[in-house]
Amino acid sequence: MAEQYLFLTELLGLRVHGLRGRVLGRVSDAALVPVVHPVRIDRLFIGGAFTWLTVRQEQVRKISIDGIFLDDENLTPFYPDESVLRLEQDLLDQQIIDAQGRKVVRVNDVTFEIVQEAGHDVLMIREVDIGLRSVFRRLAQGVLPRRMIRRLQSRIAPNSIGWEHCSIIEPDPQRRLRLNISTSLIEKMRPADLADIVEELSPEDREALITAMEPEAAAEALSEVEPDIQAQIIESLEAERAADILEEMDPDEAADVLGDLEDETSEEILEEMEDAPKAEVEELLEYDENTAGGLMNTEFVAVHQDARAADAIEAVRSQPDLADGLTTIFLTDVDGRLSGFMPVTRPLLARPDTLLSELSPEEPVTAHVRDKASRVAELFDKYNLLSLPVVDDEGRIAGAVTADDIIALLRRK
Amino acid sequence: MFRRARYHLAVFFAVIGPGFITAMVDNDAGGIFTYSQAGAKYGYLPLWTLLPITILLIVTQEMCSRMGAVTGKGLSDLIREEFGLRTTFFMMAALVAANLTNVMANFAGVASSLELFGLSRYVTVPLASVAVWLLIVKGSYARVEKIFLFATALYVCYIISGVLVKPDWKEAAIYSVRPVLMLDPGYITMLIGMVGTSVAPWMQFYLQAAVVEKGVTAKEYAGSRIEVIVGCIAMSVIAFFIIVACAGAIHSVKPQDINDATDAALGLKPFGDAAYLLFSAGLFNASLFAACILPLSTSYTVCEGLGFEAGVNRSFREAPIFYWLFTGLIAIGAGVILIPGFPLVRMILASQVINGILLPFVLVFMILLVNKQRLMKKWVNSPFYNAVAWVSVVVLIGLTLALIAISIRDMIR
Repeated sequence: MAEQYLFLTELLGLRVHGLRGRVLGRVSDAALVPVVHPVRIDRLFIGGAFTWLTVRQEQVRKISIDGIFLDDENLTPFYPDESVLRLEQDLLDQQIIDAQGRKVVRVNDVTFEIVQEAGHDVLMIREVDIGLRSVFRRLAQGVLPRRMIRRLQSRIAPNSIGWEHCSIIEPDPQRRLRLNISTSLIEKMRPADLADIVEELSPEDREALITAMEPEAAAEALSEVEPDIQAQIIESLEAERAADILEEMDPDEAADVLGDLEDETSEEILEEMEDAPKAEVEELLEYDENTAGGLMNTEFVAVHQDARAADAIEAVRSQPDLADGLTTIFLTDVDGRLSGFMPVTRPLLARPDTLLSELSPEEPVTAHVRDKASRVAELFDKYNLLSLPVVDDEGRIAGAVTADDIIALLRRK
Repeated sequence: MFRRARYHLAVFFAVIGPGFITAMVDNDAGGIFTYSQAGAKYGYLPLWTLLPITILLIVTQEMCSRMGAVTGKGLSDLIREEFGLRTTFFMMAALVAANLTNVMANFAGVASSLELFGLSRYVTVPLASVAVWLLIVKGSYARVEKIFLFATALYVCYIISGVLVKPDWKEAAIYSVRPVLMLDPGYITMLIGMVGTSVAPWMQFYLQAAVVEKGVTAKEYAGSRIEVIVGCIAMSVIAFFIIVACAGAIHSVKPQDINDATDAALGLKPFGDAAYLLFSAGLFNASLFAACILPLSTSYTVCEGLGFEAGVNRSFREAPIFYWLFTGLIAIGAGVILIPGFPLVRMILASQVINGILLPFVLVFMILLVNKQRLMKKWVNSPFYNAVAWVSVVVLIGLTLALIAISIRDMIR
């Protein structure tokens, strides 16, 4: 019984035999039609004098390392087709994303499984090969006999990625659609890992990837990307698309990105944004990046100092976006000035009708919007804060700086 | 408003770096020797070649940095994607061989320049190699680049020592623009050597990768172009002063052959310790600088081209091939300097031959790539630029082939 696998490097140049065993030509390329079948090779192209000929998968009887045997010789000329993924042209030597290994890799070779389907052999893509073994195979192909290469390569450790974990990078959005390339694999990755991948790609590919993703996932990934690349990506997108993504980002991060852009571009994008996030971002844009105002977020939970625990919990409930990372509740007086703060767990653990003032709120520690960022970091260190309210000239809360902003700030230095 | 002003400043500083560094490293131990020899033997006569050398350098460097900025991909990446694995593999193998001998030459430069200060090579070379390794592996990109930029500033040593020698400025000025051709085989060999060593394959790979690493975009490219041009001119200015120093100090006393760059430094001794020390310090700086950049650039280029993980921000386990290659180049490059009786001169000649064989391929691939509409969009070469580029490439290839012939002749002699 023959081995039930074949490599793309072996397939290319493999002889194609007609009904009576005559050689019709050699394989020049193989193609997948993703909308028809995600892993089955749909057609082979064989070299001809003036044009290539197309062999459809159902015309093939037998496939092995020794050759391909057809049971139908009615071959049609090859025409370029945008909905076809050609393995030699579009995949081999190109970069793809390994969603499981969370990195960008270059395709050295492709491994097929030979499967029997309704009486004839078909090729199923199983793995994309990277690493030394596939480099050796590529270099030796055509120099040494195919079987000898298989024997020799077994001494080198294999390095492959399952096809199901691979995501192709296709800059052309039209073609992406035709090739049925989904971003679901990528969107499932952790934003920080995805950000590393985005940073590794070329600008064109970055733009393509971010455009293809859902705005929410794109925003999450983008917030983890280096600031200069962030600006580059946002700049390259259509204003409307950029606005969609920025709306999903935290306002302070969105403001930082916009602050790094040219005036004209950032205004264009602001124009496309919805009113609520736009107002927040515009407010934040007033402050310099290296001040408390530039660091803070305008979203926070504040309740009146005379409120009860139940009111505090209701206030948290009304801001679902904040709920995940919320640590601190601010208390204000009648004029909206900050009068104290407490961990969010206190009203949660207290009986609903307890007055917040009875839960011994802490004396407020605040920063002014124009305080230097380094001063803010000092305060966090000194008082072991998780969240610091930032006040304006009238003493009202303008926003809050959280510990993750401080970590980002310190890392940037 | 404050932020916007900073944005433009940032763009300027963001692009300063790669082009300048590449051009300066071109004046490594080998380059300094070639220029010293030219000045010592033929006085001011060879100065005119610096102008065409500058133009050749600008034309080739500009194309690389443009490709880097527009495609966001390194030269080895592009060659891999457009010309396949096998071509890339052979180019990379040749590059490693050529650069290994370049690294040897530069560690030899470190050794001999410090021996002028009375330090034994058995101490200095191991120290220098460990220092180089630690700097690259443990240093962040930003810090390493700052150190590199500082190293380029130290090339001022040559300008000062050139002035201290009090050469004949009038003659230097005249021969800078008056081409002198003599049918003296030694003179022609020297001219070919000067041009042949000025454009090396590794520079193209390094520059393009550095432009990509820096994140220069097509939009900011205008700044990059200026930087490349300024860098190439600065490189020629340094070469000018090296030739002038040797012409003034050695040739005007007695025209003679020198055997290495330290001979040139010794020749400067009668003109005061300052000139001598500065020349030696310059040689040390240039050698160490090149010994840093060459192994790093080679490992990056090879790993990217062949699809292995690369980069000093990865761990040894993630990028083993990168680290082995990098460490091996330094260890072997420095190690052979400590072997008594190692045929270093022959190795350097061999390196010129390999470089010479590789260069035509690199240059032709570059022009083919830079003219691909699909990659370069509107930034492809204009017809006029193409004409200039092809002429430059043909001239370079012609001179390089001549250099190969000369090197082979010297090797078997």
